[in-house]
Amino acid sequence: MKEYSYSEKKDTRSGFGAGLLELGRKNPNVVALCADLVGSLKMADFIKENPERFFQIGIAEANMMGIAAGLTIGGKIPFTGTFANFSTGRVYDQIRQSIAYSGKNVKICASHAGLTLGEDGATHQILEDIGMMKMLPHMTVINPCDYNQTKAATIAIADYEGPVYLRFGRPVIPVFTPADQKFEIGKAVMLNEGTDVSIFATGHLVWKAILAGHILAEKGINAEIINIHTIKPLDEAAVLASVAKTGCVVSAEEHNRLGGLGDSIAQLLVRNTPLPMEYVATDDTFGESGTPEQLMEKYGLSENDIVAAAERVIARKKA
Amino acid sequence: MNPHNKSTEELKQIASQVRRDIVRMVHAVNSGHPGGSLGCTDYFVSLYFKVMNYSTDFKMDGQGEDLFFLSNGHISPVFYSTLARAGFFEVSELATFRKLNSRLQGHPATEEGLPGIRVASGSLGQGLSVAIGAALAKKLNNDPNLVYVLMGDGELDEGQVWEAIMFAPHNKVDNLIATVDLNGQQIDGSTDEVLAHGDLRKKFDAFGWHVLEADGNNFETLLPALEEAKAATGKGKPVLILMNTEMGFGVDFMMGSHKWHGIAPNDEQLQIALQQLSVEAASDY
Repeated sequence: MKEYSYSEKKDTRSGFGAGLLELGRKNPNVVALCADLVGSLKMADFIKENPERFFQIGIAEANMMGIAAGLTIGGKIPFTGTFANFSTGRVYDQIRQSIAYSGKNVKICASHAGLTLGEDGATHQILEDIGMMKMLPHMTVINPCDYNQTKAATIAIADYEGPVYLRFGRPVIPVFTPADQKFEIGKAVMLNEGTDVSIFATGHLVWKAILAGHILAEKGINAEIINIHTIKPLDEAAVLASVAKTGCVVSAEEHNRLGGLGDSIAQLLVRNTPLPMEYVATDDTFGESGTPEQLMEKYGLSENDIVAAAERVIARKKA
Repeated sequence: MNPHNKSTEELKQIASQVRRDIVRMVHAVNSGHPGGSLGCTDYFVSLYFKVMNYSTDFKMDGQGEDLFFLSNGHISPVFYSTLARAGFFEVSELATFRKLNSRLQGHPATEEGLPGIRVASGSLGQGLSVAIGAALAKKLNNDPNLVYVLMGDGELDEGQVWEAIMFAPHNKVDNLIATVDLNGQQIDGSTDEVLAHGDLRKKFDAFGWHVLEADGNNFETLLPALEEAKAATGKGKPVLILMNTEMGFGVDFMMGSHKWHGIAPNDEQLQIALQQLSVEAASDY
């Protein structure tokens, strides 16, 4: 199992803030909008340097999505910022009609996704956002795994023409990907080559997949671990190449089992090469209050859950 | 500069032609929304043949020209006819309205690339926000041109509209002329019965808009109102026109009720409508 080291832990939302700041310096068309959550979205540095390119919308997310769509018409590249729940479910129809169906170049940037928002509880912990966004035609869906990758993704999506949903979160987690990485939309990242099982993870679950890989290695299981930072378009070639070697699959995501990364992989498999697969995801449930660590444990999203899923799926493969 | 810059007499003839297009388009597919389309025809014809500065060589970014957004997308027949008559696409394409493989979708869309359409609309309440965004982009681009948006009055039931109504004055979006089509009707009855809006003039005034009123079915007063609205831009406030219209205007049996909001005339009714919509030199598609 390949070793990944890290010298610090940071939140992915701060990676977004750093990426936005850099974009402000290099791309004059980038503008930012926020629905009364500037601090949570780490947008303050961008605003300080580019006050004329920032729009405080107030707690009015529907209006924010419409204004963002309108800004693209004058050639601007709007980055909207609010929590993932208010970036998607609250404004689904606005995104659908004014952004996705209208083909507008809006970057919907969503923090505090999933259970790891923590103590605020289920009203704010959306676990359905990937599903909603990936179902929209024209929409690209990205869920990077750490600070550096979120920063790189933020910068990369400005150069891509079309609507993007960029999902990130609140907890501090290991920064283990390179600071100078080039982020390629739709390109899976191989983290560990293996032969016994393919683990496809996204977002906060990528680091847990690495931890799981070490535990599995101690048990003599050689796991292939791949970071699927772009859920749509899915890197189908990377997934199929991996399962051709391993013959079984575990998906891992901080999202409902219904409609997330796992379902995208499962669809790909049934259309090409049906194989045993296990999901590490929440099981059609809302979250609740608690610390991020407690919630990840309770809802089955820990490294031990990935290990157990890998062992189950390997047993199914051999059966 | 308006590419047509027609006289009031010419505008009346064009409006009558557009109304003929509307009833024929809706009749041909036995679907669509003639009532609001007929009521807003004079407004559309005024903008596209007299008031707005634009080019029929359509460019999505619209830099250097006035922009128009239709929020109540169900009145697509008047939008399509006006765009075609103004030169955005061939008038013959109006015959494809609401048919399979057409660029003239039931509600306006950009997906098929119809020139003149900059955003999809139909799910109500979204157009004012989009127009505000486009107006903000004009300011960032130092583009002195204006952004127009039309909303229905029934559409004011939507909460998003009021988010936008609050936002525009706070942010001094003063290169924006929004118009509310006050025909007093929506699908389930009159706006007063369904969800009364109260005194809209006072409401918009209280939110910080520069408010004007206009008769939307009389060029002699509508054109000066639109000029007055233009003159009111650039002074720190967004501009709102409360435009009184008659649903179904120009076709007597379609006027005065919400019945013709979303149904098409039959063959006999079409002939009666066309007799009432006379044009000196009709050039039906």
